[in-house]
Amino acid sequence: MLKKTGIPTPEDINGAFPSEERLNKGGVAVIECYEQIPCNPCYTGCKIGAIKPFEDISDLPTINHDECTGCALCIAKCPGLAIMVVDVTYSDTEALVKIPYEFSPLPNEGDVVKGLDRNGDYVQDVKVVKVLNPKAFDKTPVVSIAVPKDKIRIIRNIKIGGV
Amino acid sequence: MRIENHPVLDFGERKAVKFTFDGKELGGYENEPIAAALHAAGMRDISHSLVKHRPRGLYCAIGNCSSCMMVVNGESNVRICLEPLKEGMTVETQKGRGEIL
Amino acid sequence: MINTELLILGGGPAGLCAAIEASEAGVKDIIVLDRNQELGGQLVKQTHMFFGSEKQYASTRGFDIAKILIDKLKEDKNVKLWTDSTALSIYEDGVITAEHEGKYVKIKPKATVVATGASEKTLAFSNNDLPGIFGAGAVQTLMNQYGVKPGDDVVMLGAGNIGLIVTYQMLQAGVNVKAIIEGAPTIGGYLVHASKVRRMGVPILTSHSVKEAHGTNNLEAVTIWQLNEKWEGIPGTEQKIEADVLCISVGLSPLGELLFQAGCEMAFIPSLSGFVPKRDENLATTVPGIFVAGDVSGVEEASSAMVGGRLAGLSAALYLGHKVADKDARKADYLEQLDSLRHGDVGKRIKDGIAQATI
Repeated sequence: MLKKTGIPTPEDINGAFPSEERLNKGGVAVIECYEQIPCNPCYTGCKIGAIKPFEDISDLPTINHDECTGCALCIAKCPGLAIMVVDVTYSDTEALVKIPYEFSPLPNEGDVVKGLDRNGDYVQDVKVVKVLNPKAFDKTPVVSIAVPKDKIRIIRNIKIGGV
Repeated sequence: MRIENHPVLDFGERKAVKFTFDGKELGGYENEPIAAALHAAGMRDISHSLVKHRPRGLYCAIGNCSSCMMVVNGESNVRICLEPLKEGMTVETQKGRGEIL
Repeated sequence: MINTELLILGGGPAGLCAAIEASEAGVKDIIVLDRNQELGGQLVKQTHMFFGSEKQYASTRGFDIAKILIDKLKEDKNVKLWTDSTALSIYEDGVITAEHEGKYVKIKPKATVVATGASEKTLAFSNNDLPGIFGAGAVQTLMNQYGVKPGDDVVMLGAGNIGLIVTYQMLQAGVNVKAIIEGAPTIGGYLVHASKVRRMGVPILTSHSVKEAHGTNNLEAVTIWQLNEKWEGIPGTEQKIEADVLCISVGLSPLGELLFQAGCEMAFIPSLSGFVPKRDENLATTVPGIFVAGDVSGVEEASSAMVGGRLAGLSAALYLGHKVADKDARKADYLEQLDSLRHGDVGKRIKDGIAQATI
């Protein structure tokens, strides 16, 4: 249970994901913000208005997944690092998962790294497809990894070297 | 014990200086607190409690707790978590309440 | 004797914002006094992005916020920034003595904002004084301000925001954190912070505490045990963890000594973390001319400290007789920001505490 362990349940995660229908249309943000805290940069950072205005700053964010283009700007904006982008149209077998990764050293594109779940446990090796670290991301690089489609709700972190 | 690579912070160029801790020569960076230089050199046991003489180290590192008082250049009761390190400083473990000048 | 219009004790988020606001409100002679070599208080050690809204610099990292505030004040001719200066005492006639650059000085301000912050609490257990047992803030200072690792293997006690954030910062610095233990049955800090460290593989053990620490001249291991619902250790549940660092993050306590000495009416309010000054809505204490802001008035987040600083700076300027054309709009804005930062469960406790402290 999230309040005791910091690990969201499968129900929590499913609640944050868009519908299968929307997933199949391409990249989309998944916001894992499960607790009301005073925070709204995801809304102010969303340039296309998919994340809706907050009535109260402690509201949970509301996203219209149909308007979201999966641009990934919100990933680096979220102070809680609670947002990822999932694109299941990446290939026949794999989805592209874009996650924030604030550690040194950064992986290189093409590297094979350890894919970890929300418990920090090793799931399987994954390939790094892209690493974005522009100034605008203010030291929250976004790493894109290729993840088997049945693991998009499992793999949420990476580790370089070691197990 | 120094951080080599940090994903967010850049500590920049700092000037290396030498100082002594109970007679032993150690290195650190100019103007960092003496406490940072001692910790980086692995020196943690830097003080003793007044009555039972139990080993003491840093606790708060921001000048509140008085756990890190040492004798610096002959002056007692210096909070080394705040005192900037300078070239050639003499840092010594304090005995009891220290000498009042 | 140094005469000044406004003296601000403490150059953290509250004190810096009080100085900026007071200067904007027309105060011409402001001294900000801080015992550190560098201004910014604990902001300079915060490597994470802040929560809140744009007005409180949300999504900007703490040390970058400090830089924004300090740069603004460095260009301000109304403000003198006294670092390496420790306030020593405050007297009935409003005179404040301080150690300033190694000399003893007396300052006579017409108004004072006390923004001295808070200090870390500790916990009673056997051998809790061993070197290697630090306040979480000490680790943050060594690591993020001076680039020194606290040690190799760490146990963190406390899963509030500071415990969770400092754990994440240790992982960023390449330090191994073996576990976070928390006495309460649930995590106290923001769950997004908890999830960040959990997915790096750091276990969070709620309903657990430290039974004893082991070592001769340095910490070598920590024995933890499970707590029952009365917060008593359960024999037989002990686990010994080898560690050279134990970080204590069990809350902060307001640094109100100067307020006590000045004769401000104080009240013990648990939800504000200890003894805090009674004050009105404008952050004026019961002693005319003394205002408060930030953690010394009740432990909260840096975001609310910044807004509180603004409000105290405005109140001090008005007390000093300055005419501020948009004073009502400014005040309403700060009160509204404070209110919105205090929504939610944690905020409700804070609001209850403030209601008790407000006269």
